[in-house]
Amino acid sequence: MEIHAYEKLWLALALVLIVGFIGTITYGAAGAGIDMIDDKGGTVDPATLDQHPKFGDPGIEQNGENSYDVYVVARQFVFEPGTTEPLRVPAGSTVTFHVTAADVIHGFEVVGTNANTMAIPGQVAEFTVQFEEPGEYGMLCNEYCGSGHHVMEGKIVVMEQEEFDSWYEQQQAQGEAEN
Amino acid sequence: MATASGGSEFVDKFPDEAAIVKASFLIAFVSLGIGAFFGLIQALHRTDVLRVIDSADYYTVLTGHGVLLAIVFTIFFLCGVFHWAIARSLDRPAESALFSWAWVGLMTTGTVLATVAILGGFVPNLGMSADVLFTFYAPLQAHPIFYIGLAMFIVGTWLSGADWFLSYRAWRQDHPDERIPLQTFMVLTTMIMWYISTLGVAVSVVFFLIPWSLGLIESVNPLLTRTLFWYFGHPIVYFWLMPAYLLWYTVLPKLAGGRLFSDPLARVVFLLFLLLSTPVGIHHQYLDPGIAEGFKFIAMTNTMFLLLPSLLTAFTVVASVEHGARQRGGKGYLRWLGALPWRDPAFTGMALAGAMFAAGGFSGMINAGMNINYLIHNTLWVPGHFHLTVGTAVALTMMAGSYWLVPQVTGTKLYSRPIGLLQVIMWFVGMVFMSNAMHRAGLAGIPRRTAEPQYQNFEFLTPIGSIFELRVQIALGGTLLFLSVVLFLFNILLTSLGEESDRPVDSYLPEPLSGPEGSPRILDNLAMWTGIAAVLVVLAYTLPLAGIIQNGGGLFGGGLPVPATVSAGFDLVMTTVTSAFNTLWGVVA
Ligand code: HEM
Ligand SMILES: [Cu+2]
Ligand SMILES: [Cu+2]
Repeated sequence: MEIHAYEKLWLALALVLIVGFIGTITYGAAGAGIDMIDDKGGTVDPATLDQHPKFGDPGIEQNGENSYDVYVVARQFVFEPGTTEPLRVPAGSTVTFHVTAADVIHGFEVVGTNANTMAIPGQVAEFTVQFEEPGEYGMLCNEYCGSGHHVMEGKIVVMEQEEFDSWYEQQQAQGEAEN
Repeated sequence: MATASGGSEFVDKFPDEAAIVKASFLIAFVSLGIGAFFGLIQALHRTDVLRVIDSADYYTVLTGHGVLLAIVFTIFFLCGVFHWAIARSLDRPAESALFSWAWVGLMTTGTVLATVAILGGFVPNLGMSADVLFTFYAPLQAHPIFYIGLAMFIVGTWLSGADWFLSYRAWRQDHPDERIPLQTFMVLTTMIMWYISTLGVAVSVVFFLIPWSLGLIESVNPLLTRTLFWYFGHPIVYFWLMPAYLLWYTVLPKLAGGRLFSDPLARVVFLLFLLLSTPVGIHHQYLDPGIAEGFKFIAMTNTMFLLLPSLLTAFTVVASVEHGARQRGGKGYLRWLGALPWRDPAFTGMALAGAMFAAGGFSGMINAGMNINYLIHNTLWVPGHFHLTVGTAVALTMMAGSYWLVPQVTGTKLYSRPIGLLQVIMWFVGMVFMSNAMHRAGLAGIPRRTAEPQYQNFEFLTPIGSIFELRVQIALGGTLLFLSVVLFLFNILLTSLGEESDRPVDSYLPEPLSGPEGSPRILDNLAMWTGIAAVLVVLAYTLPLAGIIQNGGGLFGGGLPVPATVSAGFDLVMTTVTSAFNTLWGVVA
């Protein structure tokens, strides 16, 4: 088969480009440690989400010094927590999100950051985020989920540590009182 | 390439085939018209420029737009082009005109059923709707006739492929030692890819979605049906693209005044698409929980290699066009560009479509980058990207190609070249506005598929320009695009109503500069390539699917065991598939 000289050159350049891309992305994943959403969050039964020890009453939970777990349920057309009440997290902490959906597939995006995942019934998306400075972030559903999809939004409030601690204690106390 | 013998036009030589092509184009163009109107509504509604519908109905419109344009328009047009290409390049009519009408009829019925279900969404009291968008992810549920229509449509495409394989088999009996004509080779490899990839969506629709929408099964496993969708959803991208490639390789060089550079390289490109199109679907699920990172990595690597055939195409097509320009007396490093037939809307449209495809390729590389994907996943960046690829590289090539193809099947001259030229340029300009603004809006985090991307809790910020300016560009671009479609339909309608002409268009296609003779015969061994493609798919998908079924609560979600009827059903599919595969194999080998 006759391959013209320029064709060979082009083919070689194309291959170099492709291998280069794969290399950069591999470096991004392995070297720079950009984590992918994957199967480490495990699964839940969407039908009995209300009785789930965590997703039954979703919210934030301390799991170590400066380290928190946040459970979020997406359902038509709210985030729990996030929509009726903002999701509060302390500044300078490491927050691991666990996101699932109660009814149909939703999206979970913290606007202006790359915290972005699908929320699929039966699956739990797990990822870790650092919130450095106090401030506010919007969150929105970026996967069509029904006729009210465009109203599905929420808020994350990043608070000073002390402010957060007193809020958190109050929450805990309230929780105790209710039980 | 066999050539239509001089003097006698396609419509005179193959009247039955021309009728099939005309019918396919007709349905494609009606869908294009309705779809473009819906596109206009969306572009004005999202940007809050003009809201004529309720925001809840936006999703009915968007489902119609996606289904009518990305599925019906593109695939019916493909069927027309492929039917033309097979008859032309094998220089023989289809084996049975009745059979050809059967697949046109089946696909049309499917289209009508699905469209009725979608439009039903506008009438609340009807109790029939399909506001599930063209990806129909469960547990969003559509009326059963939506899924049934889709299934009929897909089966129709399978029959159309069978039609072309039968022609090929008959031709082979008369020409035992010849190389497969290039256009036929392109059609057959594309259809093999289609058979492999539609299996995913067929299983999803027939075994899960139809029974579930009829209430026969309680629930489905959402990640499973979603994964089966994307198993098909990426290869469909190449199904859109291959008719455009066929036109770029075999028609564009001629329109430019020359001929294709290399026939063997074109074959290699189509084979690479056959091998690599399917084992990449998981790249649409980079942000899905429940799929291990390793599988995403494999999909990413395969995706990057899929750049290769497109990069090779860019080279060959540009080289062939340059050759054409030099045949026409063009000189210099770049001055030859001036010698091209820019007044011909068929040429100019395809050339502009190719140029936009290059831009679309760049934004696609960002999508494919597994980790950069976080930034733009499900934002307006994504429609910005695919309006360059399917929305322009494919759609504009199809419209431009029509200016050259339609006269061949109607026997009438193109009504107006200047209107055609204006139309393709308007599309290009409209898309520059709409697509660049969508890309930038995506970087600002504005989501796609959203009737009112204006929120209470936050504002979007864009580093350059303003959100207002982006909205204006999207609305303006969308309006130009819609007007462009109106001009196109008007021009084609008047063409088809025109007077019959002896020589409606110069339909002669010259042989490539380097023919197939020197290339290895193994390129034409379709059975072998099919086998390799199937093995790659099995490698890429077995483990992820097994994981999803095991961990995600079984085949139907919610941890239900598999009922005996269903497992019997599965056995039936497996045997049908195996025997269909064997038959296909028999035809090809
Ligand atoms: C008149 C020309 C067109 C206009 C004004 C237009 C406009 C739009 C807009 C504004 C969206 C985004 C909607 C959203 O995400 O909220 C969209 C989505 C889309 N368009 Fe177009 N478009 C046009 C032509 C086309 C063509 C020719 C194709 C393909 C052949 C196409 C395929 C799609 C698809 C597949 C979607 C995504 C649907 C979904 O998210 O479910 N469009 N279009
Ligand atoms: Cu949503
Ligand atoms: Cu894809």
